[in-house]
Amino acid sequence: MSVLEADRLTRAFGGRRAVSDVTLELNGAECLALFGPNGAGKTTLLRLLAGLLKPTAGTARIDGEALRGDPTARAQVGFISHQSMLYDALTVRENIELAARLYGVADARRATEKVLCEMRVLERAETRVRALSRGLQQRVSIARALVHRPRVLLLDEPYTGLDALGAAALTETLERLRRDGGGGNGGATMVLVTHNIDEGLALATHAAVMHGGRVLRLERREELDSTSYADEYRELVGGAA
Amino acid sequence: MTSLSVAHQPRSNAAAPATVEQRPLFGWLFALAVVCTVAAYARAIYFTPIEALQGASQKIYYVHVSAAMSAYLALGILAVLSIVYLWIRDERADRLAESAGEVGLLFLTVVLTSGPLWGKPIWGTWWTWDARLTLTLFLWFLTAGYLVMRGAIEDTAMRARYSAVLGILAALLIPFIHLSVYMFNTLHPKPILLKPDRPSMPNEMLVTFFAMWVAFTLLCLALIRARYHYAVDRDALRALESGGGDA
Amino acid sequence: MRPALLTATWLVARKDLAIEFRTRTAFLAVLVFAILGVAIFYFAWDSTAVAAIDLAPGVLWVIFTFSGLLSLQRSFGVEQADHAMDGLLLSPIDREAIFLGKALANFVFVAGIQFVTIPAVALLYNLPSGRAVAILLAIALLAAVGLVAVGTLFSAMAANTRLAELLLPMLSLPFFVPVVYGAAQATATLLAGRPAAEAWPFLKLLIAFDLVFLFACTLAFPFTLEE
Repeated sequence: MSVLEADRLTRAFGGRRAVSDVTLELNGAECLALFGPNGAGKTTLLRLLAGLLKPTAGTARIDGEALRGDPTARAQVGFISHQSMLYDALTVRENIELAARLYGVADARRATEKVLCEMRVLERAETRVRALSRGLQQRVSIARALVHRPRVLLLDEPYTGLDALGAAALTETLERLRRDGGGGNGGATMVLVTHNIDEGLALATHAAVMHGGRVLRLERREELDSTSYADEYRELVGGAA
Repeated sequence: MTSLSVAHQPRSNAAAPATVEQRPLFGWLFALAVVCTVAAYARAIYFTPIEALQGASQKIYYVHVSAAMSAYLALGILAVLSIVYLWIRDERADRLAESAGEVGLLFLTVVLTSGPLWGKPIWGTWWTWDARLTLTLFLWFLTAGYLVMRGAIEDTAMRARYSAVLGILAALLIPFIHLSVYMFNTLHPKPILLKPDRPSMPNEMLVTFFAMWVAFTLLCLALIRARYHYAVDRDALRALESGGGDA
Repeated sequence: MRPALLTATWLVARKDLAIEFRTRTAFLAVLVFAILGVAIFYFAWDSTAVAAIDLAPGVLWVIFTFSGLLSLQRSFGVEQADHAMDGLLLSPIDREAIFLGKALANFVFVAGIQFVTIPAVALLYNLPSGRAVAILLAIALLAAVGLVAVGTLFSAMAANTRLAELLLPMLSLPFFVPVVYGAAQATATLLAGRPAAEAWPFLKLLIAFDLVFLFACTLAFPFTLEE
């Protein structure tokens, strides 16, 4: 039984299929880098895997439990997008503690301290989010997604807006999470959507390309040739990237 | 995990539109309804005796009451379809609810205009806060709100869901409005000069009432049907226009 | 262990109230509107024809309705910025808790407005006693439950449409009629010193409305979420 599973996932909006018949499986300590042009359906797929959207057909599963209608499955997921999902009138600490409590984390205060430390924003803990720069907000947003130690991490272009320091902190955190991360049950499972092929391949154990709602290509990291991958990718999506 | 490769994309995922039937918007049911309505009107105007106390203007009452019945029918359909939509999520239920809403608004407007037209010669005022008129007024606001809300939402699925929720809540509200108006009327008697209770009706009037009621019911159903066909065509056209350009 | 319904409700409510308290501008703006409205109404009436004390309940409930609407307008705005609502939806709390938490925060907001407005009405309209103020406050709290139940739901729905500021009043006001009617009649009866038994039918209407719509709107809320 895999940790994260998409079983013929399909999602239509009106007559248009944003995600069409996607099947994939990931186990612990695996990271899938998902590439594709704008409008390929990557964000929709991630939202389906996070339980934010209901599939038109097919199922998304975490540890064998279908995500739809199961809040405990949802609790295993951490989701990061370029929307910060923060309340800008509240402080950094208040935002993270709220998230911790919403997920039922045992010692919310300590978990907050820990994750703020990991993302190197502890010294700004009492600052209101609206007073932070975009890059710092992104770091706080990532901290929010990690505070409950999710087994599955879904990242939608998380490097957007991060400076070199922030990007390094993120890569380090993600690497660590992938190796030992999660809730102490072994490494976290991740799906990373990014436009930057090198950044994606650096963290990935698997790579896939999405276009027109379908997964065109899916393989293990060691099976592909990283030097030619960018060219193959461009050819595959026909210059629509 | 194995590697997959897919050679090419299917052209479009939108369901191919079925051939649109060439059917007229207003069919046999509408023709029948119009015939019945004309006949009922004729009967009311020429072949029904004039009521002693109220005079000729009492005849508006046939239209007023029948329109109210049709309005309740249309809105009842809307309420039921709202529940049906949330249950089976079929967009046809939503389209039918939309059609019933518009037709309901039409009949409610007839009630609200015929009421004062009847009331002025009889009661001496254009408006009284009597039970039926007040309830009709609030139904009018609710239905208008329903249609305005529909107009403000682009996404078809969201529009259908929101409309269904509003339809059900509005149906829940009706007993409360009814009760409020009832309490208001019984506890605050109005000084009116002439209080026309419904007089015991001779048979000819009852027949006319019945004829008008049947005619308006047919008219209501025919209009809903026509409006529904329009909605089907409109949505098919929209699907064609937006479904064409996607890969 | 995911939070229970009540815990989650309280988390959401506390968050909303914290945000409101941080900025305070919305509360003050609605308060100013309410008191200004009360004052303006006084000048709109012929005070020789109608005694101020007879006018007071009507004014109060009209202002209650419109300041209530203003209070509700801001309710879901905070979730739209930065897609904060997604954060709530991702977490394992019940969707109903989101609704109840927001409704609770709105209730506190509306109650806060009333705690200042009603004494202001008593002052400006020469209401006789502290007892009158207490009665008005109690009924206002009862009416606020129904107002907030319906208003929070419609606020959530309207926030996703093009005509948000127009739709909220347009949809909500018909629903406020039984609330305003019940509250106004109960108030008038009690203020005029008539026996409490006479006011009871109106209070029953109010309580029934509160219960039915609190329940119905809580159930309806998940259907308004995009999924």
